[in-house]
Amino acid sequence: MSISTLDIAQIRADFPILSEKVNDHDLVYFDNAATSQKPKVVIDAISNYYTRINSNIHRGVHYLSQRATDAFEETRIKVQQHLNAAHSHEIIFTKGTTDGINLVASSYGHSFIKEGDEVIITNMEHHSNIVPWQLICAQVGASLKIVPINDAGELDLETYKKLLNEKTKLVAVNHISNALGTINDVKEITKAAHAVGAVVLIDGAQSVPHMNVDVQDLDADFYTFSAHKMCGPTGLGVLYGKEDLLNSMPPYQGGGEMIKEVFLDHSTFADLPHKFEAGTPNISEVVAFGTAIDYLNEIGWDFIHDQEKELLDYATAKLSSIEGLKIYGEAEKKASVISFLLEGIHPYDVGMILDKLGIAVRTGHHCTQPIMDRFGIPGTVRASFAFYNTTEEIDRLYEGLLRVKTMFS
Amino acid sequence: MTIEEKQAEIVEEFELFDDWLQKYDYLIEMGKSLPTIEEAYKTEDHLIKGCQSQVWLNAAFNGGKLDFRADSDAIITKGIISLLIRVLSDEKPQDIVGADLHFIDEIGLKDHLSPTRANGLLSMVKQMKYYALAYQSKQA
Repeated sequence: MSISTLDIAQIRADFPILSEKVNDHDLVYFDNAATSQKPKVVIDAISNYYTRINSNIHRGVHYLSQRATDAFEETRIKVQQHLNAAHSHEIIFTKGTTDGINLVASSYGHSFIKEGDEVIITNMEHHSNIVPWQLICAQVGASLKIVPINDAGELDLETYKKLLNEKTKLVAVNHISNALGTINDVKEITKAAHAVGAVVLIDGAQSVPHMNVDVQDLDADFYTFSAHKMCGPTGLGVLYGKEDLLNSMPPYQGGGEMIKEVFLDHSTFADLPHKFEAGTPNISEVVAFGTAIDYLNEIGWDFIHDQEKELLDYATAKLSSIEGLKIYGEAEKKASVISFLLEGIHPYDVGMILDKLGIAVRTGHHCTQPIMDRFGIPGTVRASFAFYNTTEEIDRLYEGLLRVKTMFS
Repeated sequence: MTIEEKQAEIVEEFELFDDWLQKYDYLIEMGKSLPTIEEAYKTEDHLIKGCQSQVWLNAAFNGGKLDFRADSDAIITKGIISLLIRVLSDEKPQDIVGADLHFIDEIGLKDHLSPTRANGLLSMVKQMKYYALAYQSKQA
């Protein structure tokens, strides 16, 4: 299905920043995998919160506190529905994906990963899904096993299955690779892990913004993502965890909000989800995130999928026609991310010139140094698309790259 | 020519450019023609790691003056390196330590020396000054 120009023009009008000029050019924003832009309704929701609702949540008896609490908890329900989680108390608000992974690595890790145990990650993880596991493994004396990737940027699932054994306690894997765009078969990965009694954490930072995720269908134990990559505010994320698992885990941080009773010599802890939400949370962001979810639902997930697929296909064909351009990440199942290099030109140089032309891409290792090492490259140029991008913008990128080639030849 | 005079000369050169394109073409040309650092110095010891591009730097002390050699994997970074070397090379350590590199701002390339660029250039300037400081204290 082709999307009409009119639809996209209307959608783009929802995002004030998309009409900004950069270096005298209309902005082309292709850095959506780093963070998405925000529609005006989300920006207004933050302002409206502080203008009309602001109050601390949960324990207040007064009107505003109740209103703020209701608005805050409404978002939890929206997230639950979005992920098709069984219970709203399985939704924990965090600072972001990184925070969610660290929560599990620390709380679950210290309780259930012991000396001699094994944790499996993959060669295509973001640093935030590598380093927390290195830390916990070093602390408890467990070892880290790595699932390799093939030249197309796909996980070697045969090797993965061989790595699994009764010592495997946890598998941490991304749903979609931020650097390569690969969509991993996390359902299959989870099933295999469960067969040996291991739990699975899925880094959904790049998936939740682009597709319908059903944590019950995936049978995911932990699933974590960030609000800011899906039209929501920065500094906010979600950790989904199965009720039984979350109940079996000790608190991650101590403080207000997460306690039942506090005595001078000991404390008892609140029930889920509050046990894992110490201190005053990011209330305005949580409220505005609810608006972001409403907005995306209104745009429609089928529309988002179709539009991003069209952009990916168009860009792949267009960029592939440039001589000397090599795409990294050619998985069969791929999200709207294209990582590439122009032969003989450093990614930083490409990014600098594109920036001068008003085109925002990301250059470097994208916090995935092991991927770059795997392919023997210093980094890539990455263009990542959102549903509000257009094929005309991809044409601008194409023209920009031709110009880069001329300048550096 | 003093450090100040060299800076003034570069600013004057850049005034001839009408737009950013010419400026970057010039930087690319400078980057390509920068005498490369000897392979022997392209080691971890001489590497200044940026998140985006890498810079190698070496300093030699000859006749009371410091001579810098540097390289980078990115051409635009190399172009800016060539300007920094032109200004600070063949100068006395005390002059390098005290140098205010205002020309970068004046030719509109200040962004490249911002800490957020992570291209190794800011660290390179610091490293050049450390070298100068080290030779200055050796002399004293």
